[in-house]
Amino acid sequence: MERNLNYNFAFLDEGSKREIRRSILHAIAIPGYQVPFGSRELPIGRGWGTGGIQITMSVIGPDDTLKVIDQGSDDSVNAVSIRKLIGTTTGVKTTTDSAEADIIQSRHRIPEEPLRADQVLVLQVPQPEPLRSVDPHEEVTRRLHGDGEYTGIWVNLFERYLQTGSALRGADHPVLTDGRYVMNPSPIPRYDNPKLDHAECLYLFGAGREKKIYAVPPYTKVESLTFDDQPFRREDMSGRKCRLCGAENVYFDEFFDAATGERMFQCSDSGFCKKRREKGGNCHEE
Amino acid sequence: MAYVAVTGGQEAIAASIELLKEYRSEGELALEISVIRDRMSLLVDRIMSEAGLYAPDYAALALKQCEGSPEEAVFLLRAYRSTLPRNYTSRTVFGSDMHVRRRISAAFKDVPGGQILGPTYDYVHRLLDFDLKEEDEAELEAWREQVKQERREELDNTPDGASDGRIPRVLDMLRQEGLLEQVEQDTSEPCDVTMEKLPLPPPRSAVLQTLSRADTGYISGLAYGDIRGFGMAHPTVGELRYGSLEIEVDYPLGEGESWYVGEVCVTEVESLVSAKPGGDGIGIGYGCVFGRNDTKAISMSILDRALVLDTDSPTSDAEFVLLHGDCLEMNGFLSHLKLPHYVTFQSKLDSIRNKKRSAEHGTKS
Amino acid sequence: MKNRTPVLEGSHITVRFGDGCPYCREHTELEKGRCPVCRTIWAVRDVSFRLYEGEILGIVGESGSGKSTLLKTLYFDQPATSGDCRIARYHDGQKNIFDTSSQQKRYLRNHLMGMVYQNPILGLRMKISAGANVAEKLIAAGNRNAGSMIGRTEELLQHVEISLDRLRDQPRYFSGGMQQRVQISKATANNPPILFLDEVTTGLDLSVQAKVLDLIRSIQKELGIAMMIVSHDLSVIRMMSDRTMVMLGGRVVEEGLTDQIMEDPMHAYTQTLVNSLL
Repeated sequence: MERNLNYNFAFLDEGSKREIRRSILHAIAIPGYQVPFGSRELPIGRGWGTGGIQITMSVIGPDDTLKVIDQGSDDSVNAVSIRKLIGTTTGVKTTTDSAEADIIQSRHRIPEEPLRADQVLVLQVPQPEPLRSVDPHEEVTRRLHGDGEYTGIWVNLFERYLQTGSALRGADHPVLTDGRYVMNPSPIPRYDNPKLDHAECLYLFGAGREKKIYAVPPYTKVESLTFDDQPFRREDMSGRKCRLCGAENVYFDEFFDAATGERMFQCSDSGFCKKRREKGGNCHEE
Repeated sequence: MAYVAVTGGQEAIAASIELLKEYRSEGELALEISVIRDRMSLLVDRIMSEAGLYAPDYAALALKQCEGSPEEAVFLLRAYRSTLPRNYTSRTVFGSDMHVRRRISAAFKDVPGGQILGPTYDYVHRLLDFDLKEEDEAELEAWREQVKQERREELDNTPDGASDGRIPRVLDMLRQEGLLEQVEQDTSEPCDVTMEKLPLPPPRSAVLQTLSRADTGYISGLAYGDIRGFGMAHPTVGELRYGSLEIEVDYPLGEGESWYVGEVCVTEVESLVSAKPGGDGIGIGYGCVFGRNDTKAISMSILDRALVLDTDSPTSDAEFVLLHGDCLEMNGFLSHLKLPHYVTFQSKLDSIRNKKRSAEHGTKS
Repeated sequence: MKNRTPVLEGSHITVRFGDGCPYCREHTELEKGRCPVCRTIWAVRDVSFRLYEGEILGIVGESGSGKSTLLKTLYFDQPATSGDCRIARYHDGQKNIFDTSSQQKRYLRNHLMGMVYQNPILGLRMKISAGANVAEKLIAAGNRNAGSMIGRTEELLQHVEISLDRLRDQPRYFSGGMQQRVQISKATANNPPILFLDEVTTGLDLSVQAKVLDLIRSIQKELGIAMMIVSHDLSVIRMMSDRTMVMLGGRVVEEGLTDQIMEDPMHAYTQTLVNSLL
């Protein structure tokens, strides 16, 4: 994209970027630990991905290639808006192909294609504190993390099990990172939770409004919290097929045909879907 | 630059931005930034206070750019500020050095230096003035000249150096008498919540900074709740003053010398409130905000005190009060609800379907 | 006494609100434990006691006498200003439990102690089910098997005569007596050797009181838990406890076998208490 020269490279001043990079290093050194940082204001709303943007802005260089997705889609309005902000303040190349990107910023999804060691996935986080439902006070939850005291979160899962028959949360199901810190994986579907475990790539999580950064470094053990007799279960995507590319066993968006009322499915990862169709391998007629 | 196909999302955003421009430029008259700055100054003050950036011209520009929405204007100023390196820290400014334009005390009938009403709507009957519909700018100009002339003459007739607008604080008398709660002077470097996440428990410097930047409506509501019955008893405004403060920074080459870099107008309040349990003397709540905003400064002083007292009122819960009143944070998070959530919703559907399925299965078996 | 080794032993425990001054350090007998000079409150002052296996130790005193503060201090709800407390089953009584990390304190609370509060809001989470409330103790002790926890929870609730169709209901919809019974099953979930009961029947109807006290008695007999019961009501203490401590103004003014204290009270305050019973 054409760079807007009225602003510093990647918008923030260099001092701020350096400070955020130090917080990122801190986060990588202690997997799953929420590092507080002096979150800066951006031209995009707090709660709209500003934590992720600040991370991306701080680590991106002029030769990097960027991909931005929201709900798995490159074309979601918020993804477009974030890509435009980062693109115009850096002038970097952008792509929709996960494999081509050095940095992928995402909200609510991890791409289908496994990420490599040279790639960074930046996830936007609305609520970084898994213990927030246990106590609304930051002072209390920080002490609980310090003590490794996670009874409260297990009680909530047990209550869910007692009331609904399943201890699993919809999205943002909590995980235990490196056997130490319980962490919100951001509101990704449970379908994506296993991708965090022993991954090749680096995962960075940014919460701009809550002013926290945390990380899952490569090859870190990440376990979804479940009771011993209640195995972890991903969302059931069986028997579904993408209406565009024919893919199976991926995470799907669900549609209803306005005319027929028929239920249809389409890959949630739009870049993945597009790539499959361009390759033409398993292409089905629309 | 790589080729990026124009997609539905991009088109939609472009069209929306075009519509905004259309809405913003409605009507026939141009909106001069100087008009907003000069004639909407209370709004400009509020924007600067909530943005934490003293820049009247930029605040006016922001208001022009966003059709006068306060939250959007604050947003624009804050984002702009993120791009500026911070090269200097100002010297400590004392409220007692203020060039006072308004100063009242509710605690005393008369005070040294006098009660100075200054510009206030407090005693105006709020009746729509239909004459303003067709105000004559030339007449207005002449009237302003006349007022200025009168004021100049008045000034010429007062002895030299009699007043530079500086007036001792009302409460200093009580302080000297030892009637106020003793507070140790804290000369440690203040916390800056724009550079680090609010530390918990928060130091008082962080509390005051956060309250001063908070959304006016938010802290007014909380302060109202506090004095109406959920918190402490009725406070007394010891002194409310409005005026300008000179800002100086250290001169980098001269030991002990400083540069005058400009002035800011602030409203400062000291409220007299109940003492700490077991404490002696009258307690003080402190408020200080950019611009002319009595209510916000008073609210700030009430909440400052509520947080010091640590009662079981919701206004004594530091995290509740301090983490939910930032204009950007609250509006940002509320508006993010408009973002798509279909992936998480799909996951929720899965849970519900699964539950339904197992319930059906259970009844059959 | 069944065994002469105390399961819990406190020595010179003091809980003070305020810094104290030369006057109140000198004078120990302060009205309501409050210093007239510096207003420091000596909630608990130099209290020592022993709790033996399988016994019930009663603590009686007026409101503000420090009896509830003592219990809350032993359960770590309130930090002690000074003093020493040991539990036989924790490092063979070789460690002062007040001087342990917050993790160790959690361990002690979850494995070796239980608490039933006067106000159920302190002991129960009102917005999650009774079942999850009881299971909280099991989870805290490391259980991660949902099925086994449901089994144990049902067993515990049945034991306190709470019908299993209330398992999924929130305690805020329960009566006062039921809330206390849920608290009791929660407090005893991990079979702790020590149970604290703070004014557990205060505010309940007399018939409900009797039922809750009976239940505590039977659990004590069955499990052999050592208990400390705090009450302002001497009739409760008389009915329940083997030995009794009388507290006034933060200090213990008299202690001994309950029968002995009832028949032959020594301290003037105890005499008034006993006389008022007649």
